Amino acid sequence: MAIAPTEFETRDLPAADGSRSEDYLWTLNFGPQHPATHTTLRLVLKLEGERVVDAMPEMGYLHSGFEKIGEHLTFNQYVTVTDRMNYISPMANNVAWHHAVETLLGIELTPRCRYIRTIIAELARISDHLLCNGAVGLDTGAFTFFLYGFYQREVIYDIFETLCGARFTNSYTRVGGVSQDFTPLVIEKIRSFVKTFPKTLDDMERLLTRNRIFVDRTKGVGVLTKAEAIDGGATGPVARASGVTRDLRRDEPYLAYGELDFQICCASAGDCYARYLVRMQEMRESLRIVADALENLPSGPVNVGIDQRTALPTKQQVYSTIEGTISHFELSMSNRGFEVPCEESYAAIEAPNGELGFYLVGDGGETAYRARCRPPSVLHFALFPHLIRGHTLSDVVAVLGSLNIIAAELDR
Amino acid sequence: MAEPSTHADPSRSDPVLDALAAAVGPIETSTFRGQTRVVIDAERSMESLRLLKEQGFDLLVDVSCVDYLEYKGAKHRYGLVYLLASTATNRRLTVRLFVDDPDPTVQSVVPLWGAANWLEREVWDLFGIRFTGHPDLRRLVMPEAFTAHPLRKDYPLQGRGERHNFPVLTRDDG
Repeated sequence: MAIAPTEFETRDLPAADGSRSEDYLWTLNFGPQHPATHTTLRLVLKLEGERVVDAMPEMGYLHSGFEKIGEHLTFNQYVTVTDRMNYISPMANNVAWHHAVETLLGIELTPRCRYIRTIIAELARISDHLLCNGAVGLDTGAFTFFLYGFYQREVIYDIFETLCGARFTNSYTRVGGVSQDFTPLVIEKIRSFVKTFPKTLDDMERLLTRNRIFVDRTKGVGVLTKAEAIDGGATGPVARASGVTRDLRRDEPYLAYGELDFQICCASAGDCYARYLVRMQEMRESLRIVADALENLPSGPVNVGIDQRTALPTKQQVYSTIEGTISHFELSMSNRGFEVPCEESYAAIEAPNGELGFYLVGDGGETAYRARCRPPSVLHFALFPHLIRGHTLSDVVAVLGSLNIIAAELDR
Repeated sequence: MAEPSTHADPSRSDPVLDALAAAVGPIETSTFRGQTRVVIDAERSMESLRLLKEQGFDLLVDVSCVDYLEYKGAKHRYGLVYLLASTATNRRLTVRLFVDDPDPTVQSVVPLWGAANWLEREVWDLFGIRFTGHPDLRRLVMPEAFTAHPLRKDYPLQGRGERHNFPVLTRDDG
């Protein structure tokens, strides 16, 4: 069992002048390539026996200059890059990016598009939480649980494949709309997922939620208090597991969330187990949102009208109407495209990992002058040394998994 | 969502911004798409941000920077952006301040929000803005030996031959 950090910290940390001999401390390099880091990140751990005295997280191994690229790709092109940020839930990144772009450009979406984006964002949340909780289970020894989760992720991949042709890097959204409308087959697949998923979720909960080994490994481990969560800028399930009741879906209703009924899942313990419980419960709520939104899916066009000149017209419109032809031509020309204001705006969505926002600066050109991404993982990873101090080496993977650090989003 | 840009409406009074103006002198405010932005003086940034924190903005959402080198009509080189939010009222506020070459420096807000630690490291890494009073101002994403600040506008997209400067290691060397 782990010792709470406070108990340990009072025992024997080095004096302020560093006079204590640290010769007996052992330094362990964890990552950047290690199966339990899941992605490319590095931890330098100072160990006293099996106990972690200090951890120095290091990142940047996957830095690919996404923000620099964002200044050179147009608003529609950059969506392919956002796929590769948090690749556990690329759909949510797509939605976040175009939500920010549409805020800057001042585009109002059609009702159908808002509902479709809500549905896919929630499916992305379910697939993210399945993997995150599955990985926590995997790292603490529950392999079956992970497989249950991954099987359901597969079903969601299948839905996305039917929807837009890509399983993983979806690039689904467009400025003012989406690349493909829902077909009856997609709706049928989502319906059947909504029907079958609760049973698997029940199975998963029965496997792990009251599992003695799992509870012992996660309860009281990596405790983050509410004050620390706010001070450290934690958002999403990590903050909600610590008692911060902030959820952008309710606090700043975007897309169709203002019209749907759902609960915000919170816990107060702030440990790995609470984060696990919050994610499990959030999947049920997401499923409610998906079911609700799917049954109330408005009809009508999915993209904004031709007259707004933001979304590409359909081929039917291009070949049979003059507005369609003009709009298609202008959107395809490099110097015509969108009217971008010389302004700055920030817009965020509640991504599975927390608040994922983009601070965009427009300079009238067709690309963003600056495309700052506010990644939730960075702030969560910065909290890691605090969470792990005083715990054992085997708890490192439990804490790391429960924070759901995705290095591609971390480094961008 | 699609309302036009309305700048600096003096008739609309805001207790938080009034308190800020009373403490640090006249400030420039504007609204765009329903987002309130305020420009503060870089010299008095710590004082202003501390006051805003006391006014309820307990969550530091983001610290980022914009290099206005090629921006039309820009008077300053770098603009720092602090995105603040309140977990109690869900209000947001964008705070901006400007710094210039040759030595862009601003006070670190780590004493106010722990979240600023890594965010300021990232700004230092990618823009070369120095934060005085930061406890650990190291590069965050670029390697320690890297000399440039790649998100500056005078830094090319393809880089400046960094790849060629890496020593080529063969299997025999290892």
